[in-house]
Amino acid sequence: MEVTLNIVFQGFYKDSVALMRLSRDLAALDGVNEAGLMMGSPSNKQILKDAGLLADEGAAAEGGDLILAIRANDSAAAQKAAETIEPQIKSQTRSADGDTEWRPQTIRAAAKANPGANLALISVPGEFAAAEARKAISRGLNVMMFSDNVSIEDEISLKIQAREEGVLMMGPDCGTAILDGVPLAFANQVKRGDIGIVGASGTGIQEVTSLISNNGRGVSHAIGVGGRDLKDEIGGVSTLMGIDRLDADTATKHIILISKPPGEKVLPRIMDRIAQSAKPFTVCFIGATDLELPTNATAARTLKDAAQAALGGGEFEQSESVGTSLPESRKGIRGLYSGGTLAAESQLILLDAGLPVASNAAVPGAVGLSENNEAHQIIDLGDDQYTQGRPHPMIDPEIRHEPLADAMADSTIGVILIDIVIGYGAHPDPAGQLVTMLDDLRGENGPAIIASVTGTELDPQVRSSQIKALEAADIHVAESNADAALAALRLLGVNS
Amino acid sequence: MELIEKANEEAIRRMLGAEPVLIDVVPAGEIVPDLQDKMILHAGPPLEWDRMCGPMQGAIAGITVFEGWASDLEQAVDMASSGDIAFDANHHHDAVGPMTGMTTVSQPVMVVENKIIGNRAYCAINEGLGKVMRFGGNDEEVLNRLAWIRDVLGPAMGKALKDMGGIELKPLIARGLSMGDEMHQRNVACSGLVLRAIASAMARTSDDTTALSESLAFISANDQFHLNITMAMGKAIMDPVRNIEGSSIVTAMSRNGTDFGIRVSGTGDEWFTAPVEMPEGLYFAGYSEADANPDMGDSTIVETIGLGGFAMGASPAVAGFVGAGAASEAANYTYRMGEICAAENPEWTIPSLDYLGVPTGIDIRLVVDSGIAPTINTGIAHREPGIGQVGAGVVRAPMACFEQAVRRLAANLGLS
Repeated sequence: MEVTLNIVFQGFYKDSVALMRLSRDLAALDGVNEAGLMMGSPSNKQILKDAGLLADEGAAAEGGDLILAIRANDSAAAQKAAETIEPQIKSQTRSADGDTEWRPQTIRAAAKANPGANLALISVPGEFAAAEARKAISRGLNVMMFSDNVSIEDEISLKIQAREEGVLMMGPDCGTAILDGVPLAFANQVKRGDIGIVGASGTGIQEVTSLISNNGRGVSHAIGVGGRDLKDEIGGVSTLMGIDRLDADTATKHIILISKPPGEKVLPRIMDRIAQSAKPFTVCFIGATDLELPTNATAARTLKDAAQAALGGGEFEQSESVGTSLPESRKGIRGLYSGGTLAAESQLILLDAGLPVASNAAVPGAVGLSENNEAHQIIDLGDDQYTQGRPHPMIDPEIRHEPLADAMADSTIGVILIDIVIGYGAHPDPAGQLVTMLDDLRGENGPAIIASVTGTELDPQVRSSQIKALEAADIHVAESNADAALAALRLLGVNS
Repeated sequence: MELIEKANEEAIRRMLGAEPVLIDVVPAGEIVPDLQDKMILHAGPPLEWDRMCGPMQGAIAGITVFEGWASDLEQAVDMASSGDIAFDANHHHDAVGPMTGMTTVSQPVMVVENKIIGNRAYCAINEGLGKVMRFGGNDEEVLNRLAWIRDVLGPAMGKALKDMGGIELKPLIARGLSMGDEMHQRNVACSGLVLRAIASAMARTSDDTTALSESLAFISANDQFHLNITMAMGKAIMDPVRNIEGSSIVTAMSRNGTDFGIRVSGTGDEWFTAPVEMPEGLYFAGYSEADANPDMGDSTIVETIGLGGFAMGASPAVAGFVGAGAASEAANYTYRMGEICAAENPEWTIPSLDYLGVPTGIDIRLVVDSGIAPTINTGIAHREPGIGQVGAGVVRAPMACFEQAVRRLAANLGLS
């Protein structure tokens, strides 16, 4: 039988909003049909009466008394509900939900809250990215646009607007930058120094800056420009502005350019700009051949070459050879890369050794994956076909699982090449993740696994810890991505 | 762009430069422009009887009886539905009204004059909480209270205000903010401040101690007494901001229980409307969301001038209506509204937010661009006529109103 229970707390005051919230919680308890918590003023008692909640005890309450009123299925349910809510009524503790920190939701508000800020990092879906970038640029902010899927037309107009405002437009699809020692998006914590970089490639910048830092020098700024900047449609607007900035920067003594080969019309403009500078340049246009460079510039074939050249041309410490031998039948190389430019670098090294190479992101000289079944396969797992609807392999290395299982099961493969990219934005423990993945896939006499770790000791994942974990799992770790490819060649008895 | 920025600067200058003073209480028929017999002004954008929600129809029936145009509610409904009564929006007559917002000839209205321009705005006296006409209540108790306000309280306040030379409202609001009011859902501090300001003048100008005592007791017992003063003040501040060419600042937000409407300075007196949303909030004992009427009232003029939901940071107690109730959560409402406003009010500041000025001047461009809708603190009426208030909470202004307004403004400027 339905019962109405009133409990009166004499001379107990609580704010009406707090009471309404408690009433809501009380009414939601098991067996409770209706509930109210109100101070005992005449108008409140009327409200309780109208709701069928007022019993004799409540009716006798004074204005300064708190009435707890419950209508429940039976008196046991009513008692239980009252006992449940009573500690909350008497509790003096603050709201359990706690503090929430305000974060600006618009560029306008963020800029207002941080008057000294001079850069906006834009990482919203591509269809909205250009509009946000325009707002940032018109506020005089440099822009790093992580977003991709931005049209060529928008990219051109944004870069022209940025040039007019005198700010950098880095991107769209700019994954990496280091400005004033601050790593942005996917970037590594490198030592500061006098080498400046302008790059259209994220992992290219990561590999080169890490190699510089790991070999005793440092980076002034690494300016990303987005993968399309040196295409003829865009005209290298951001690359040229990036060179201007580094050329004017007294802390920068040497400038490295990293990109795929530029468009025909852009190339001479870049060369002219280099020639105007008094600073030495290293130009690493991955896959380009026969570059005619101004006298203050040297060409680098690979990322490692670029880092070495910037450091004066001496050879970095070489990795030791892999201490195993392979059966005659295992002759193939399979590269499973998370970094597109790292995959490109490895292709070049294999091609330079005279090997046939196939790739889903083929450099000049390599072919598409389906075009030559005999070729060594270098796969860029960051390509759209693998990342459709899932995160990039640098964030979620699980993408590597299926192709890795295929390679491990292939009796013709002698070496699997893998890049481990650490730093901000990357998976917190990619080496550990790879080791766990391999636990289930490894059998007797399988292929050798050769890896390199792009990153530094200062990165959150700590390069040496990642190396240690890989080596403990019998994975050979080379000093650089290029060294990993070279080690694979040596293991297979190919002269490089 | 430059034209818009300049126009908005002028809009903000007029808002911040306003000098609103509560000067008088006068029967609406004597002072509200173009208000005639058998005419009812209601909240929100204009609408016909058939589209009115339950509490709006209930209030119209009640006020029709109160004015003596009908002898009972049934006859009143007949008259209202057959065209014997004229309806119009309060906003078209320099007036505002909370919830149903009934304004008719014999009701006393408070007069707020914006001294710097000389324009005036009007709002009826707040009836108190619970079963009241603004929430659709219309029984004898409701009508008797209205009669007492008309015959006793209104004249007493009018005499006192004239005698004391009015009450300056800007400093009063500033103090109220520092005392925890946001002026929409919580007016307890400002109501007390007004009582303090007016009490001695009411005593001085009264020759009936019973009436005086009743009047003072009525004001004392009504925590929301000041809401209607805040509203008249808001209307007096915003009206001179209308019709600045190119300005994207909102001059009015208002709801009639069916439509939500906004007006924008640069688009003149056109209403941009969309269906009202349901408030989210807490309910009095015995009621739930199922009983709630959609959003209603001219009281959103309070948010239009940077108070209410925009000043939530001043009033952590009110933030409890929408969730956690942590003080930081209240502050976040104010910060968020700052993202869609052109300026901050240097005179109306929130001590606990390091004296941040309340967000002032809703810019429709910022609303549409950010996707952040104005947050409004509101009472919740029962969906049936005659029952009254059942809760209070928070509601968002519909984005569609702002999208339409942006398009129209762009068209007016030849940009579309």
